[in-house]
Amino acid sequence: MKKTVITFAVLAFLACGKSETPVTATNATSSSSSALTINGAGATFPNPIYSKWFSDYGKLHPHVGINYQPIGSGGGIRQLTAKTVFFGATDGPMSDEQLKAAPGPIVHLPTVLGGVVPIYNVPGITAPLHFTGETLANIYLGTIKKWNDPGIAKGNPGVKLPDSDIAVVHRSDGSGTTYIFVDFLSKVSPAFKTRVGVATSVSWPVGVGAKGNEGVSGLVKQTPGAIGYVELIYASHNNIPFGAVQNKSGKFVTASLDSVTAAAANAAIPDDFRVSITNADGDAAYPIASFTWILLYENNDDHARAQAMVELMKWALTAGQKQIGELGYAPLPQAVVDKEMAALGRIH
Amino acid sequence: MPIIKTSEDRALRLGTGAFAVFVVLLVAGIGVVLTQQSVLSIRKFGLAFWTRSTWNPVSGEFGALPFIWGTLYSSLIALLIAAPIALGIAIFINEISPLKLRQPLSYLTELLAAIPSIVYGLWGIFVLVPIVRKLELLAPEWLKKVPLFTGPPLGVGMLSAGVILAVMVVPLTSSVAREILRGVPMTQREAALALGATRWEAIRIALGYGRTGIIGAVMLGLGRALGETMAVTMVIGNNPQVSTSLFAPQYTMAAVIANEFTEAADELYLHALIEIGLVLFLITIVVNALSRILTRRVVRA
Repeated sequence: MKKTVITFAVLAFLACGKSETPVTATNATSSSSSALTINGAGATFPNPIYSKWFSDYGKLHPHVGINYQPIGSGGGIRQLTAKTVFFGATDGPMSDEQLKAAPGPIVHLPTVLGGVVPIYNVPGITAPLHFTGETLANIYLGTIKKWNDPGIAKGNPGVKLPDSDIAVVHRSDGSGTTYIFVDFLSKVSPAFKTRVGVATSVSWPVGVGAKGNEGVSGLVKQTPGAIGYVELIYASHNNIPFGAVQNKSGKFVTASLDSVTAAAANAAIPDDFRVSITNADGDAAYPIASFTWILLYENNDDHARAQAMVELMKWALTAGQKQIGELGYAPLPQAVVDKEMAALGRIH
Repeated sequence: MPIIKTSEDRALRLGTGAFAVFVVLLVAGIGVVLTQQSVLSIRKFGLAFWTRSTWNPVSGEFGALPFIWGTLYSSLIALLIAAPIALGIAIFINEISPLKLRQPLSYLTELLAAIPSIVYGLWGIFVLVPIVRKLELLAPEWLKKVPLFTGPPLGVGMLSAGVILAVMVVPLTSSVAREILRGVPMTQREAALALGATRWEAIRIALGYGRTGIIGAVMLGLGRALGETMAVTMVIGNNPQVSTSLFAPQYTMAAVIANEFTEAADELYLHALIEIGLVLFLITIVVNALSRILTRRVVRA
């Protein structure tokens, strides 16, 4: 008797374990007759604008319901590859290996632009500080340790910098914000590239990690001598002053919607849209900027949903772009929009 | 083998037995799944995973040592702070406090246990960390040469993590300890008092009578401290390093999983994170087993 019970329970357990196999995108969505539900998952950074887009679009097209889960870029890529969601979203483009591991060709579609800004808390300093890329890299490498270091002073003539220690703050959670920031630092500093590199989480040589934009800004605000980095949107919504960063042309640029869009306007956009626009050319370009992407399969089993997504993307790239400024995102340059419109034809 | 009288009893035996088996299977199942899902990392790093201290998602080098260290260290600090406080609360409520105060006091300590850990974390960031930073700033130079107190006064770090864990552990430990003390027969205390013992001596006898349960209460608290995630990650500084300093930012196993899991797209990286989960699982089992052995020894002594 006892044996049967155990055998049965083991079987039940194994059955539970098996259900982990990926469900196809068609099955994963609810199949009520008239409404078309499309599931997506991924980046948290564009979540506010995606929520607004998907709800506005749902009002215009009541038969389409989009269900977006902001679980993080990595999770979005994983779920798209496993086909548990119909579309993914990411702050960093998929790597070649990730694309190879996916069951079919995937299209990257830039939706909006974001920027990352340095924030700091230096007692006695009110004027916005200027940072060169190399200075930021050296601060985050731990080679610049004091606020009155010549590297910082050089960019800020006339500012009386204190002889106090720099407390470095970075993100502890894996994040697209970190990806953009270290991507920029790796471009301007070979030492940073070899010692740290580019990823959503990296091995930081110095500093403390705080969770989320709110964690980083909270810690910077409380700690005299601290420096951190947050999303431009987060800083501007919360009225946190931030520093200007030197761009490739040698100009110190303060992040704004215009200077972020300018970074994308000057970049050469490849056909697969997988491009980093940090340290972009142009006098007006803000150097720590990036696209955020929606990911779709080129060939879908479910043509109705694919068509609905294409329509939605067309709307997001035209009417949708007009409402993003109020949420703090920078709009895509027209050239990128045109190129994407053409690319949408590949999806079916 | 118990005597089975009726079909009802038989059904009861089978039903409850199935539930018991289910628990065993669940624990085994967790172990199996964690092992399966971390196989890449286990194969690549082997046992060295436990002793390596590099954690670099870019180069794909992973080791669990700083996280194991941080988890054990912060839990130990929490235990050292929380155990005496929790016992004090339990003794006061049960043995000394006027009857009128007992109910509200025990209600309040239990209320502490119901607060979600993210709220503790926010309290940690905005209240505890600034206080700890001020204390760290007060540390004189000679003290900062002691390995326990080196490093810049950041506020976030091992000390804040230990304190916040202690606050979270106190209600659990004290309410279990209170139940244990309540379970000690009144005759024990009365006998002691009748022999001319002081109040303290009578309480000590009651504590001695219930020591197994009290150690169990402390171990339950340790269990909670080992697995606590949100509040700790918000105040510990999340820097994977092995340091004896209370001022140094460090990291725990639960915190690194919570922080990095969502963005881990690379297979090996994901497997390494799940192996951290496996390590935490094993350490929790070992700690629980040790506490059992310890309890048994105390009872025999």
